[in-house]
Amino acid sequence: MNNFKVLMNGIVKENPTFVLLLGMCPTLGTTSSAINGMGMGLATMFVLICSNVVISSIKNLIPDMVRIPSFIVVIASFVTVLQMIMQAYVPALYATLGLFIPLIVVNCILLGRAEAFAAKNGPIPSFFDGLGMGLGFTIALTILGGVREFLGTGKIFDIAILPEEYGMLVFVLAPGAFIALGYLIAIVNKMKKA
Amino acid sequence: MKKLESSLKNMAIVLTGVTVIAGALLGYVNELTKEPIAQANAKALSDAIAIVVPGFDNNPAEAPETVELNGATYKIYKATKGGEFIGAAVEASANGFGGALNVLVGFDKEGNIIDYSLLSHAETPGLGSKAADWFKKGGKGDITGMNPGKQALTVSKDGGQVDAITASTITSRAFLVAVNNAYAAYSGQNVDAASGATQQAQPAEEAAPANDNVETNN
Repeated sequence: MNNFKVLMNGIVKENPTFVLLLGMCPTLGTTSSAINGMGMGLATMFVLICSNVVISSIKNLIPDMVRIPSFIVVIASFVTVLQMIMQAYVPALYATLGLFIPLIVVNCILLGRAEAFAAKNGPIPSFFDGLGMGLGFTIALTILGGVREFLGTGKIFDIAILPEEYGMLVFVLAPGAFIALGYLIAIVNKMKKA
Repeated sequence: MKKLESSLKNMAIVLTGVTVIAGALLGYVNELTKEPIAQANAKALSDAIAIVVPGFDNNPAEAPETVELNGATYKIYKATKGGEFIGAAVEASANGFGGALNVLVGFDKEGNIIDYSLLSHAETPGLGSKAADWFKKGGKGDITGMNPGKQALTVSKDGGQVDAITASTITSRAFLVAVNNAYAAYSGQNVDAASGATQQAQPAEEAAPANDNVETNN
């Protein structure tokens, strides 16, 4: 499988949110607006690329029986590094996403890709897998956040399109996340069949 | 290279190695970012103080006074101009709908509210999070210029004079509890204690049973 295919695989065919249905907690929790969804997606992508590359480089050094704890330590370290860097240099973004950054550790996309891809492939394909999966996740979260923000408040990326009074509050809240995600998955399935 | 065997010795060595390297890396990054994080936090605080009590020429963020009141601690940042006291920013918190709601409230010498700033909150986006602007000048629930010492602030639903955020009464109550508590802490400091602000702040707390857990947030 060449690197381009690996990349596209993550974005379309095995999109982590719409197809694999991995990482639903941050997906539902952070997508109250498009910008939040995008920030969360990019943060996850950074950690995913780093952990994929490191894990695929050290995979032969790690005995099978302790691979899960080792992978988790690698992932958690990158998440903590990311958290400290964001806190130091982009405090505004950290203020909105801060709560969810530590949750990247338990995002099953990361451990899932470490197990399913990085532990079986070299660093370069793993990099592209992390990039593809990260982009797929980012795109999915941005779309979901955009849909919810538009239906909930009439805005997209904070740009008013409809007056706020037309917004349906439920889409900003948790139930709206489930409804919007369900319909988006249905649309993606329909498109994939066509 | 062949994969390492899962013997006890190998596993112990690898796990130790991985955690030691990770620990060292984290320690290094922590050391690297400690200073910028402290600076970012200090800047956020001094920016907030500059908004809520404008016109000072000292550095209020430098030496906050702490006040103990009903088991909760409040930080008071005093603002002076030319050595004369012009007001103070008080940090207070209350339990909102989604967790701690931290507010910085600016009072002038008489105890009138100049402005406020939400330092941190976990309110529902699009609902409770509107508290960031709702109670400001020009907002629907404008509290600027009010004096909690004359009358404790409560939402109109509880017979008060402040319009609550639409569909976010709990957040609004929590916010006003924080403002009233900030005033109580402030008045204990700077205004005649006989004004009885502490007693007046009580009804607001009783009116918001979900939010009486103030002391856990400090």
